Amino acid sequence: MFYREAGQFKTSYDKDQAIFPIIQDRWFIAALLIVAYVAVPFFANEYWLQAVIIPFLILALAAIGLNILTGYAGQVSLGTGAFMAVGAYACYKMTTNIPDMNVVFAFLLSGIFAAAAGIVFGLPSLRIKGFYLAVATLAAQFFILWLFNKVGWFYNDNPSGTITAPPRELFGITITGPRATAEARYFVSLTFLVIGAIVAKNLVRGRIGRSWMAIRDMDIAAEIIGIRPLQTKLTAFAISSFYCGVAGALYIFVWLGSAETEAFDLLQVSFPVLFMVIIGGLGSIMGAIMGAAFITLMPIFLTNFPPMIGIHLATDLQKHIEEIIFGGMIVAFLIVEPHGLARLWQIAKEKLRQWPFPY
Amino acid sequence: MEFLNAVFVAPFLDIADSPVFFAEVVIGGLMAGVMYSLVALGFVLIFKASGVFNYAQGAMVLFAALTLVGLMEQGAPLWLGLLVTVGVMVALAYAVERFMLRKLINQEGIILFMATIGFNFVLEGTGQIAFGSDVKRLDVGLPDKSFETGGILLNTFDLSAAFIGAVMVTSLALFFQYTPTGRALRAVADDHQAALSVGIPLKTIWVIVWSVAGVVALVAGIMWGAKAGVQFSLVLIALKALPVLILGGFTSVPGAIVGGLIIGVGEKVAEVYWGPAFGGAIESWFAYMLALAFLLFRPQGLFGEKIIERV
Amino acid sequence: MTATRNIGDVLLDVNGISISFGGVKALTDVSFDVREHEILAIIGPNGAGKSSMLNCINGFYHPQEGTITFKGEPRQQMQTHKSALQGIARTFQNIALFKGMSTLDNIMTGRNLKMKSNLFWQMLYFGPALKEELEHRAFVEEIIDFLEIEAIRKTPVGKLPYGLQKRVELGRALAAEPDLLLLDEPMAGMNMEEKQDMCRYILDVNDEFGTTIVLIEHDMSVVMDISDRVVVLDYGKKLAYGTPDEVRANQDVIDAYLGVSHE
Repeated sequence: MFYREAGQFKTSYDKDQAIFPIIQDRWFIAALLIVAYVAVPFFANEYWLQAVIIPFLILALAAIGLNILTGYAGQVSLGTGAFMAVGAYACYKMTTNIPDMNVVFAFLLSGIFAAAAGIVFGLPSLRIKGFYLAVATLAAQFFILWLFNKVGWFYNDNPSGTITAPPRELFGITITGPRATAEARYFVSLTFLVIGAIVAKNLVRGRIGRSWMAIRDMDIAAEIIGIRPLQTKLTAFAISSFYCGVAGALYIFVWLGSAETEAFDLLQVSFPVLFMVIIGGLGSIMGAIMGAAFITLMPIFLTNFPPMIGIHLATDLQKHIEEIIFGGMIVAFLIVEPHGLARLWQIAKEKLRQWPFPY
Repeated sequence: MEFLNAVFVAPFLDIADSPVFFAEVVIGGLMAGVMYSLVALGFVLIFKASGVFNYAQGAMVLFAALTLVGLMEQGAPLWLGLLVTVGVMVALAYAVERFMLRKLINQEGIILFMATIGFNFVLEGTGQIAFGSDVKRLDVGLPDKSFETGGILLNTFDLSAAFIGAVMVTSLALFFQYTPTGRALRAVADDHQAALSVGIPLKTIWVIVWSVAGVVALVAGIMWGAKAGVQFSLVLIALKALPVLILGGFTSVPGAIVGGLIIGVGEKVAEVYWGPAFGGAIESWFAYMLALAFLLFRPQGLFGEKIIERV
Repeated sequence: MTATRNIGDVLLDVNGISISFGGVKALTDVSFDVREHEILAIIGPNGAGKSSMLNCINGFYHPQEGTITFKGEPRQQMQTHKSALQGIARTFQNIALFKGMSTLDNIMTGRNLKMKSNLFWQMLYFGPALKEELEHRAFVEEIIDFLEIEAIRKTPVGKLPYGLQKRVELGRALAAEPDLLLLDEPMAGMNMEEKQDMCRYILDVNDEFGTTIVLIEHDMSVVMDISDRVVVLDYGKKLAYGTPDEVRANQDVIDAYLGVSHE
């Protein structure tokens, strides 16, 4: 009744190609942004920001990156953690060696370093496909983390082997390091996510996005109509890794504060981000964000819900239950709806369009 | 300069210096290789028969070993434990077919692959909830004595493991090649729908092949478990089977064996002789990089078939 | 019909092409040429090497012997994606659309190689990138009108019926504004009306855009009606080559193909 496109006529291709062609959607997104920028920092406490919302925002950025590679370009990657680590360590090296460097600039440059690593490990994608490629990205995962662990230069040879975010300011407000407030760090990660999501959406609906999807859906046909396979796959690797790299830098600088290579472990990062993409929806930017929300909220729910109904779980039992639930959900989603939460959202909207008179 | 020396000169001098030690390293590598081969074999079986790249094979190894240890801790004798564990693995195969594969017929390989990642987590979680996550000792009564032949130190346990591995591989190869079920399996591997249309019961075949893979996982689990204890890291060891597959080709049983041996030996030799030059612990990635380098020259693996693409 | 059309110079010259796959000879010493603005049909029994021929022409297979000269430029080895740049487009025997994308996006993808805007503007979807998107959208809409598929513009192609998919695939090939259009069995599996529609589109494309067409088809009546010249292949060898009437009269062809067909 309230949500329908009837009567909204488009008079130009420009308007027809907008991200949200329906006016109700535009209102919804505007409202969401207002909530995110005004209401959330006003109401959320330190715990929620630090434990839930900031990691959600940062991992959502990584999930968008992986979704570009896996969901749009069809190249499965298990190396997300490694590319995030490249971003984090690059950012650490830059900020510690060049203290005057603007920190936002450092974040973006970290992304570029990660993109370079992505291109190197994406090179085999011309000759190998599917599972073979997944194993190649595993090589990236193990090799890069080993490198950062072994070579002291990467962590400035400090004896603990950890990298710690130095305090840096933006517009006079400290946004990294231990003295930064949760609100400041929240705004930084939120802004990165919003801009990242818009840019990603622009890319996937334009020429590059169509090339990616063409390669994903039918690589031979794509090549025959003039799409260069190597170039297309490498741009996907580069841009995807760029997102992961920025997310990795934020992960240390804006969220954890300090960490070792274990923070980017296969099971810590690579798989969870892949799950975000699958559960959220392969080939959907909105889906990556929804998937990230789901995956970060699930453990919180498992920690808080059973005590509410009087069940107290041991920590490792809870961890195993979490594994089972995630695993089960992955299988269930792939069976029921390979396009994930994003598709369910779309179906809900289609239902809503006819509500309350479906005939 | 020092680095170049450590990479290109010193290792070879060391090898020439003490060939006996080198032989021991190689043999140690071969033993590890047999283990990799066993895990890789499970992957190949399932990939051949259902086109599924079963990421959960490692979790199946852990799960089988955990079940056996759990049963034996409850006081069950070895034979009963084995019997029940095999039963559990068959039931698991049935469940996989019933609740996963059947619903994903005709989906793309990559979707199936990701589904097995999900299954992997379910299995890991379940196994550890049911049997705990501490390191457990597994003793199946294989003799574990060292002896010396021609100056080379050998271990009876390793030898019997290699022997058991060889027997398994041979019998599986015979089973695939000469029995009607084996033929049906190969038909299914080639084309699901064509196999269905000539009356091969797809679902039964899947249950059979996942059961066989489960038993292979059990054997691998026993071997690894008896050697290094039953623990979560078994799953990570199983990840090593992936480069083995790349080397050997996804559909080749001999490939899995040879690939496993190459990776096992390569990894040990590299760690012992070249590890110091790189600061050690290169075992964690060496196998993957080797496989990756190999892929660039022969994308279909050692024994895989070259695919002619048609449109 | 042919009276109003002027067949031009040689556009594509296929000279002594041979290719084999692990001992199986798919094509043996095949030569023919295609002139500007004509419709040339390749016919022959299954496995005669027709699709392999198209694959050679657009650079997907690399013939072991012989040369292919397109627009006066000879070539032996070529990267597949370059053929599209040179102005060759094609459709496939088994539809090769991008199943996850809408009709519109599929056809837009056909125009990808005409788009030039850089990554920066594409990230913003603004300025040159937006202008380019809109220009090409307008062109694609013309193709959509031409093929009468307005109603399915935003439908994912995986959900479309077979006949419509074939039409979308033709649209995607046309979007590249090719000089040479290769059609691999454009009418396979269609009923009478659909075949008539498809014939009309092919003739219109040839007429309105002046596109040269090479097509593979099994339906003899269609081939004889719409093509200017016909190449007959059998077991990878050229059996006959000429106008439909000449081919129809050729005794080899009658023996090998028409005479002993399963009708």
